[in-house]
Amino acid sequence: MNTLSYDIAVIGGGPAGLAAAVKARELGMDRILLVERDYELGGILQQCIHDGFGLLRFKKQLSGCQYAQKFIDLVAEGGIDVLCDTMVLELTDDRRIYAVSAQEGLLEIRAQAVILAMGCRERTRSQVSIMGSRPAGVLTAGSVQRYINMEGYLPGKKAVILGSGDIGLIMARRMTLEGIEVEGVYEVMSSLGGLRRNKVQCLDDYGISLHLSTTVTKIHGNKRVEAVTVALVGSDGKPVRETERVIPCDLLVLSVGLIPENELSRKAGVQLHPVTRGPVVDDTMMTSIPGVFAAGNVVAVFDLVDYVSRSGEIAAQGAVDFIRRQSARGNMVDTVAGSNVGFVLPQRVNADCGGKEINLYLRVRKPMKDVRAEIVCNGKILKSTRYGVANPPEMIALRFVPDGPLDGPLTVDVR
Amino acid sequence: MTTKQYVCIVCPMSCSIELTDDSGVLTVKGNTCKRGEEYAKNEYTDPKRMITTTVGLRGSRLRCLPVISRKAVPKKLLRDCMKQLYATVVDAPVRQGDVIVANILGTGVDIIAARSITL
Ligand SMILES: Cc1cc2nc3c(=O)[nH]c(=O)nc-3n(C[C@H](O)[C@H](O)[C@H](O)COP(=O)(O)OP(=O)(O)OC[C@H]3O[C@@H](n4cnc5c(N)ncnc54)[C@H](O)[C@@H]3O)c2cc1C
Ligand code: SF4
Repeated sequence: MNTLSYDIAVIGGGPAGLAAAVKARELGMDRILLVERDYELGGILQQCIHDGFGLLRFKKQLSGCQYAQKFIDLVAEGGIDVLCDTMVLELTDDRRIYAVSAQEGLLEIRAQAVILAMGCRERTRSQVSIMGSRPAGVLTAGSVQRYINMEGYLPGKKAVILGSGDIGLIMARRMTLEGIEVEGVYEVMSSLGGLRRNKVQCLDDYGISLHLSTTVTKIHGNKRVEAVTVALVGSDGKPVRETERVIPCDLLVLSVGLIPENELSRKAGVQLHPVTRGPVVDDTMMTSIPGVFAAGNVVAVFDLVDYVSRSGEIAAQGAVDFIRRQSARGNMVDTVAGSNVGFVLPQRVNADCGGKEINLYLRVRKPMKDVRAEIVCNGKILKSTRYGVANPPEMIALRFVPDGPLDGPLTVDVR
Repeated sequence: MTTKQYVCIVCPMSCSIELTDDSGVLTVKGNTCKRGEEYAKNEYTDPKRMITTTVGLRGSRLRCLPVISRKAVPKKLLRDCMKQLYATVVDAPVRQGDVIVANILGTGVDIIAARSITL
């Protein structure tokens, strides 16, 4: 087995990992390794050919591939070592990485700091439990996206989409433009799962109907999907049998959410958060294991790639400071999800952070109008920001600079 | 006087915008920023959309090259633009930003490669 040794090893070459590697190089680190299991860098962005990326960072509407390309070029210019076609199998709590590569076989990588950037994967059919047989033609929206946009292959002729998350909405438009008839989008909740702009430009523009409080109750067909049954769901969340109707189709596309990909983290003993399903991190993106950092969608599902890149840069700064021992971690205080807040990231911040910028990310539990997001410490409001609307699909980002040490937990309320 | 409701698609805030046309005088409310006003007025007079799709690719392990329009094109020309792009095939290697179709359908807008292809 080959053994490699690096200052910083980054697992995952999506936007989080790319930004982390580029930033670490900028901060003067020499020996940086980026490990990616796919045959190229870019992560999910390579299949996101639609625009809408990078508005905050580049003040332009880039497509996912364009956004990725900017960082891929910087990685090449920085002479950062990259191992593609290399899958990390295990991480230990003393920062040894075991990986397997088509060219190199089994590898052991030792690093002074590790950055986890494995992204997330889509929920599949088994997690939404639909009755029926197991025919071909039931795919996640992300797989359909990869087939159409990268492999040049159309997986069906007539599709029903279950779930109104952004990926499903984007794929409704994409499939329509590619000549796949999209019968409709069915959403079990009573409100849209994705952003409203995506409903407008992906469904309304093409006359595709959205059916709220409706779900797929059965899949028909043996070898191949032949039809699905849909039904309204009552206020108890159960399908109402009398409203069932059968829709002929050969493709059922699932857009039912994403889950951070944390098998490696869990096995290494990294503490995970029950709500975000990602590592518990502090304001430097360090996990519960010293020297192991995390960034991007592996931590929590961020909506905007701009936030993902930013978290990668914060993790890189944290890792560099950790290696140079500049950051004797002082007292930590917790962040608390207060009124109408589902979660707050990071879960811990350094109490002696006076004068240093802190980035908090949160999601509200239910939609509200004319609200204030308030950061409260020991009864004192440290920051208060007004929002016209706060919707669960839209993550809220708060930046603030405390003027002195924090003497208690930071609670964030939205009301 | 006509009134129209729009949802701004320029950024994820997705503001609800109301546009009023009082004999040619357009007033816009509900937008959080200037781009929303511009969007609503455009949407009323001449709606435009970005084009993002793929063209065929030869000489690479990938079979399609993602492309994007430099600017938004009139919505009514979208389908025709797509038709032309579906008939387009290019050879690897490609650099991000290479012009794939110049001035598509006389709109004055170039279609460019959205990524580089080296492999
Ligand atoms: C369909 C879709 C549409 C989107 N639309 C928008 C949009 O319009 N605007 C916007 O701003 N954002 C959008 N996003 C969000 C944005 O793309 C993601 O937030 C971003 O890609 C997450 O970056 P990441 O680096 O955390 O993860 P990823 O991009 O998923 O990258 C993770 C990488 O890690 C690799 N990896 C995982 N495990 C291992 C392992 N064990 N060994 C080696 N490598 C590993 C994976 O192969 C992958 O390349 C969209 C996302 C999706 C899926
Ligand atoms: S009006 Fe401005 S803030 Fe509102 S969605 Fe449009 S661009 Fe975004």
